[in-house]
Order: sequence, then C-alpha cells, then structure tokens
Amino acid sequence: MKALCWEGVNEVAVEQVPDPQLLNAQDAIVRVRRSVTCGSDLHLLGGYIPFMKQGDVLGHEFLGEVVEVGSEVRKHKVGDRVVVCSFVSCGRCWFCEQGLFSCCDNGNTNPAITETLWGFAPGGCYGYSHALGGLAGSHAEYIRVPFADQGAFAVPDGVSDERALFASDAAPTGWMGADMAGIRPDDVVAVWGCGGVGQMAARAAMLLGAGRVIVIDRFDYRLQMAERVLGVETLNYERTDVGAELLERSGGRGPDVCIEAVGMEAHSPGPQFIYDQIKQQLRIESDRSIAVRDAIYNCRKGGSVFILGVFGGLVDKFPLGAVMNKGLTIRSAQQHGQRYIPMLLERMARDELITEHLATHVMPLSEAPRGYDLFKNKKEDCVRAVFTP
Amino acid sequence: MKLVNWGTAAAVVAAGGAVARRLLGGDGQWPPRSVAPARASRWHVVTINRPIDQVAPGGGIPEPLAQLGDAVEVQLRPAPGGRGTELAVRLRHGESAGVAGGAARISGTDPRRAVRAALRQAKQVAETGEVLSPDAPPTARETLLNSPLEYATRHGREEGRL
Ligand SMILES: NC(=O)c1ccc[n+]([C@@H]2O[C@H](COP(=O)([O-])OP(=O)(O)OC[C@H]3O[C@@H](n4cnc5c(N)ncnc54)[C@H](O)[C@@H]3O)[C@@H](O)[C@H]2O)c1
Ligand SMILES: [Zn+2]
Ligand SMILES: [Zn+2]
Repeated sequence: MKALCWEGVNEVAVEQVPDPQLLNAQDAIVRVRRSVTCGSDLHLLGGYIPFMKQGDVLGHEFLGEVVEVGSEVRKHKVGDRVVVCSFVSCGRCWFCEQGLFSCCDNGNTNPAITETLWGFAPGGCYGYSHALGGLAGSHAEYIRVPFADQGAFAVPDGVSDERALFASDAAPTGWMGADMAGIRPDDVVAVWGCGGVGQMAARAAMLLGAGRVIVIDRFDYRLQMAERVLGVETLNYERTDVGAELLERSGGRGPDVCIEAVGMEAHSPGPQFIYDQIKQQLRIESDRSIAVRDAIYNCRKGGSVFILGVFGGLVDKFPLGAVMNKGLTIRSAQQHGQRYIPMLLERMARDELITEHLATHVMPLSEAPRGYDLFKNKKEDCVRAVFTP
Repeated sequence: MKLVNWGTAAAVVAAGGAVARRLLGGDGQWPPRSVAPARASRWHVVTINRPIDQVAPGGGIPEPLAQLGDAVEVQLRPAPGGRGTELAVRLRHGESAGVAGGAARISGTDPRRAVRAALRQAKQVAETGEVLSPDAPPTARETLLNSPLEYATRHGREEGRL
C-alpha cells in the first residue's frame, strides 16, 4: 500500500510499504478515509524527537472504515465507520481505569526507552516514533488498530467524516486541557496557540462555562478564524502587549486558567527566542518552552496552568519561582481521548462542536509532502492539511 | 509494613506447587531485603490490576515466568488500595553489577532481560488477555544511522527501569 514515510529531518516521501496485518486477536484493520497533520508531527519532522527510523509511517489523527477484525473484537464489525483515538490504550490497566488513558501500561511495545528517559513509560501512539511504541501511522491506505474495542469509536450517522476526524486527537486534547485545568463558570481563560489544539481547547472552555476566552497567536488568519467560528477573543502577540491586555480583560486579576497549546518549538518575537533556539540547536536544551513561561507568568495567583503542547526533554529558564510563590497548579498530559470521544461525537452531532473549519487543505495522500510544507511553514493560511488516501 | 496480606498471598501461591521458591523477608520489608547482600539481586516488581487469584490461578506461577524455573524466586501479594496484585521476581543466583553488568548487557547475556520481559508479559496477559505485538512486517529500513535505535527496539521490553 501507499504511505507517507519519515525519511530524515524535514524529509517525507510517499512510498510503497507492506500492508498491515492482524497480529493480535483484539486488533482491527481500518481503511483510512481521512488522516490529518498535527502540530505534534512537526516535532518529529524537525528531528526534536530522535526516535524515528527511515521508513516509519507518519500520522495519528484519523477516521476510516473497518475492513477486518480479530477474533476478540466485540464492538466493531467490517464496514463500521470509526474514528480512532491517537493513543493506544488497553482500557483495563489501573491507569486506564482511572481515565488516564494515555498513561496506559500496555499500549507501548518499547517501554524501555521512555522508562529510562522519563522514569515511567506512557502508552503508545500511532506514527509517533519508537519511543511511543513505533506503531505505523495513519497517513496510509490501511492501518492496524490494536485494542480496537477500546480505541475505535463508531461515528454517529449525522456526523460527517470532515467533522468526526478531529474527534481522534485535536478535539479530545483541547477538551482535556479545559476539563483537567478545572475551569469554573465565568472564569477568564487564556489559550496560547491558535492551531487545531488551541482552538479546540478554547471551544471546550466556552462549553464548560468560561466567561471570557482569549486566544493568543501571531497569525492573524488563525486568530480571525477563531473569532469567526468559535466566537472567542484574540490577541496577536506581535502587535499587542499580551500581559497588559490580559490584566485589563481580567479586572487586574490575571486569567484563572492558562492553557498552553504551542509545544516545544514555540516562537517569540523577543531575544529569548534566539537564546532558546541556539541552545536547542546546540542540544543544551531540548525544548523551547516560551509559551509555558508566558502562561505561568500571566496566570493569576492560585490559578491553573495546563500544558497541552508536546515536550520531549529538558527546558531552560523554567519560572519555578512564579509557580511556587503564586501557588499555581500545573498539569499536563498526552491526551486521554478514550475518556472524551463518545461525548465529543454527541456534541458534534448536536452542532455544539464544529471542527471542519480546521481542514483548510484537503488533498490526496500522494500530495502529502506538499501538505506538510503548507502546514509546517503556515503557508496559504493553512491550519491543518487533511489527506484522503 | 504488615505481613498479614502477604501471608495470605504467599499461601495462595505456595499451594500451587513449587516451581520457584518463595522467600519471606523476615524483617517485614517489601520487597523483602535480599538474603546475601554481597551478590544481591534486586526484586523486579510490577503491579497487575487483577486480583491475586486471577494472576496466579490455582496458586501457580503465571506464564511466562514459570518458564524461568529455578533461576528465579517469585512472590505475589495483594497491592494496597485495591490496585490488584504485586508480582515480584528476583534472580536466585544474583545479577552481575557494575562493569560485569554492563558487559553482560552489551553481549546480550544479562539474565535480567528475561525477567523484565517475562514480568511485562505476565502483566499484559493478566490485564488484557494478550501481549501487544509490534507492527510486522516493519515499514522502516535498517540503516547505520538508526542501528542504536534498532537495537533499543529489539529489546524494548527487556530493558528499562523495571
Ligand atoms: N497533549 C496532547 O495529547 C497533544 C495532542 C495533539 C497535539 N499536541 C501538541 O499541541 C501543540 C499544538 O498543536 P497544533 O496542531 O495546534 O499545532 P500548530 O503548529 O498548528 O499550532 C501551534 C500554534 O502556536 C503558535 N505559537 C508559536 N509560538 C507561540 C507563542 N510563543 N505564543 C503563542 N502562540 C505561539 C503558532 O503560531 C501556531 O499557530 C503541539 O505541541 C502538539 O504537539 C498535544
Ligand atoms: Zn496530535
Ligand atoms: Zn491501559
């Protein structure tokens, strides 16, 4: 079959690879109908997560049709239209039972790498390097879905492919940030990053009752989209004093909840950007945490910061003093999708959660390298590139 | 730490016949302190989210640990807070440390590898009914550049902090 493979730093190519096979009795094989680029892929492309092999298939956010099921699959049958959570979780270990699905003990076949790196191994993720299990990604004609009863969800008839696709990753990620940050009615919520993840976090914050939601980025086309489609407020950090604006808009208190949806390749107009970029390139610091610093600094006393952006290793200039002295709560996680996807699909069916606007560029899989160029370099007002294998 | 729970668990396991010998730490330590500190083996422990009678049905040693036979000591006991069962394994004849340990790892003869893999597999089987297989055939190619990573993934369940 055809698949989009990682070939080296900033190199991807559509190649012929072996078809996936049923290997465990709880597996299903899904024919991919739509698979979308995610900000997380950029960290792989850029070589910031050095656990990729040439020929690894990329992609983890997808929707498709079940074409084969293992003997132990109960919930799905051939022909079902399913959206699949990007994280592979067993549903039965202690972590899964607590709803911490991305921390699953049984979803990663290479626990040694992350156990050594981080102390303990999270679950697996499709197309997300051998550190997270090395499972083939979804930018392909077919994909193997382990623990299919846990990770695949039937899409309700009224919900289009275009919309349901984002129930795989961006929507549950954003929802998790808003939910686990503990948003309360009338809270002021600030979200750094206006990509798919930041937009979904902002929408979730509104649905969870926030009084004001303010999204921060530097790309006007993204900010305008968020204003138009989601009805949130925005700030362009290249043109505004974000700190001063947030104070003004929160009665001088600062946002109650700050959600970071940027990740390890954050950008900044100031000199700290060059500082962090050089340190990152020299491998003295592995991740740039500029937006995390901003979120912590601007958060009100006793407030809550949720880090949705992906980080891999060490960050520099972490403002621990602000965290400690302001009494902040910081949480973070890879997305616990299985906990939210059924509810999100229902909200999609009720038109409460709109996602299809994120798919600014839809193209056949053969054009995926162009799609990544548009997405990575934010060309042609790209928010997400969607492939139709 | 109380030994009461542990006693029950040991009894359950002991009932199943002695594939591996069980040692009760006399000082009430969990995992029990090693007997001969000089060539000590560490206890390698996993918590399995299943009651003890499901982890060790009939008191037997769960597969594939049983296959390690006399080379290991195995202990089971209920985990606190309803978290299932703690399964601990230690190499009976000690594990090499320091330089010897490093050499063993590189030459692929480190016996701890079999212990880790067996523990992880026993846990997965008890919790999910299967051992998740990596994708096969792989789509990636082996190159000189990725050979260290290739090596790491070949031993993905045999290394780590367990
Ligand atoms: N936690 C999870 O499970 C999970 C799941 C999916 C994605 N993610 C992560 O979420 C992050 C965002 O993903 P995405 O798909 O929206 O990516 P994206 O690249 O489309 O969006 C990131 C946005 O952040 C903006 N940005 C950069 N620096 C900034 C700064 N200093 N302040 C404010 N905005 C800044 C960029 O301009 C861009 O619009 C990535 O790090 C991704 O890895 C996490
Ligand atoms: Zn993602
Ligand atoms: Zn699990």
